[in-house]
Amino acid sequence: MIRAENIFKSFEDNEVLKGISTEFFPGKTNLIIGRSGAGKTVLLKLLIGLLKPTTGKVFYDKVDFFSLGKKEIRTIRMQVGMLFQASALFDSMTVEENIRFPLDMFTNMTWKEKKDRVNFCLERVSLGKVNDNYPSEISGGMQKRVGIARAIVLNPKYLFCDEPNSGLDPKTSIVIDELIHDITIENNITTVINTHDMNSVMEIGDNVILLYQGQIAWRGNRDDVLHSDNEVLHDFMFASPFLQQLRDSALQK
Amino acid sequence: MFFKNFLFHMGRYTMMLGTSFSRPEKYYMYYKETMRQMNDIGIGSLVIVGLIAIFIGAVTAVQFLYQLDGTLVPVYYIGYIIRDSTIIELAPTITCLVLAGKVGSNMAAEIGGMRQKEHIDAMEIMGVNTAAYLIMPKIIAALVVIPLLVAIAAFVSVIGGYLAAVPTGLMSDAEYIQGVRSFFEPFNVVMMFVKALVFAFLLTSISCYQGYYVRGGSIELGQASTNAVVFSDIMILLADYIIAVLLTG
Ligand SMILES: Nc1ncnc2c1ncn2[C@@H]1O[C@H](COP(=O)(O)OP(=O)(O)OP(=O)(O)O)[C@@H](O)[C@H]1O
Ligand SMILES: [Mg+2]
Repeated sequence: MIRAENIFKSFEDNEVLKGISTEFFPGKTNLIIGRSGAGKTVLLKLLIGLLKPTTGKVFYDKVDFFSLGKKEIRTIRMQVGMLFQASALFDSMTVEENIRFPLDMFTNMTWKEKKDRVNFCLERVSLGKVNDNYPSEISGGMQKRVGIARAIVLNPKYLFCDEPNSGLDPKTSIVIDELIHDITIENNITTVINTHDMNSVMEIGDNVILLYQGQIAWRGNRDDVLHSDNEVLHDFMFASPFLQQLRDSALQK
Repeated sequence: MFFKNFLFHMGRYTMMLGTSFSRPEKYYMYYKETMRQMNDIGIGSLVIVGLIAIFIGAVTAVQFLYQLDGTLVPVYYIGYIIRDSTIIELAPTITCLVLAGKVGSNMAAEIGGMRQKEHIDAMEIMGVNTAAYLIMPKIIAALVVIPLLVAIAAFVSVIGGYLAAVPTGLMSDAEYIQGVRSFFEPFNVVMMFVKALVFAFLLTSISCYQGYYVRGGSIELGQASTNAVVFSDIMILLADYIIAVLLTG
């Protein structure tokens, strides 16, 4: 479990987050949603310490993350996997080398064990035979999958995904979402996902917070969405007239 | 303002070096990276260093012959002058200034690109000490390879001087050899290696620093790469002076 406690974050005089308190649960896909610029990426980077909050605390289980020294932070991070918005695959390495990198760095596995683990992870994200390709040689959706494979290779307890389906078509997005959801449940991972995709909310929104003007404007899960009368949520979820009609007809039934 | 800036960068630079010299997560990975860097720095720079060294020797020979023409200084002194001026000054300094342009800018761009493409963040999140993994192998590789390059440059310069002076008939083969073998002072070689080591450390650490803390986009990356060369060059020349004062005093 990860708990954020009253987090404030400003960049010079731009106050991005104003008092965020929330919990992210194991075995669930926890979603952070909000419009572009709402501060989703900033919040995610704060949770894992790539940015420091102006004030506020982050707890991993019972451990106060920002009170830790560099070495202890690294031990927590070894239990963390992250999928970046732009995948962040190392472009001088092949797909296999990318996924193997954490194994090379942190385990004493034999070459054969690593190879098996890499292939297992690649299979888990439904990729085969791209081991020797370079990231630039595969499609964006495949890069995301490789990113997921690399993130889960060390069996993380926590998984962070920054917009896992930005730039993907709706069908592929759903496949990626479901993949993350399944992996989360299989391994009881605490997964935190940034997204502005309403499909994701309805598919995998186990625990959703909506960021708006630096605060949490709404929280709930996918079943609450239709019946909520929160205006910010509705503006966000049902942005087009077409979607508003869909919602109204769904509610009438 | 300038002073505050200077202190900020000095502080951050020192802290970066502090973090980069810590215990590797996996020695083998660091070893592999160091080997790769040695190859890049060493083999990659051999041709340019050799070329420059030949011309340094040749130009020194021609110009000193011109300068000493009609004086009482015996002509065989040319060999001696070339040998010592390259060993003490020209080989380490010019080689490292050139390497700052070639290797330094390359390192700054490589690390800076990784920063901008979030590769460094990705490694940090895996738990890698990126300051160590990305910087230490480069510094160690440079400390091993650059002194060797400098030694090669000194040797090649003496050959360059020979080629410019002897076949062209400016002096005889015997005179040049006699000069090169006169007044040899082993301490000068020590001085050359001291300089090479210090310059190698400066140019890699400064270049890595420029890349590691880059922000923004391609314009900033270009600036970082330029800054890497400019600041390395300035610090090399400054260090050159300080070493000269300390070791000859
Ligand atoms: N390093 C930074 N320095 C200064 N301001 C920043 C920085 N990072 C983010 N911001 C500001 O924080 C705000 C939120 O940015 P953030 O990237 O978190 O948005 P987001 O919700 O992830 O948007 P998107 O969906 O487009 O990715 C923006 O106004 C941005 O200008
Ligand atoms: Mg974002």
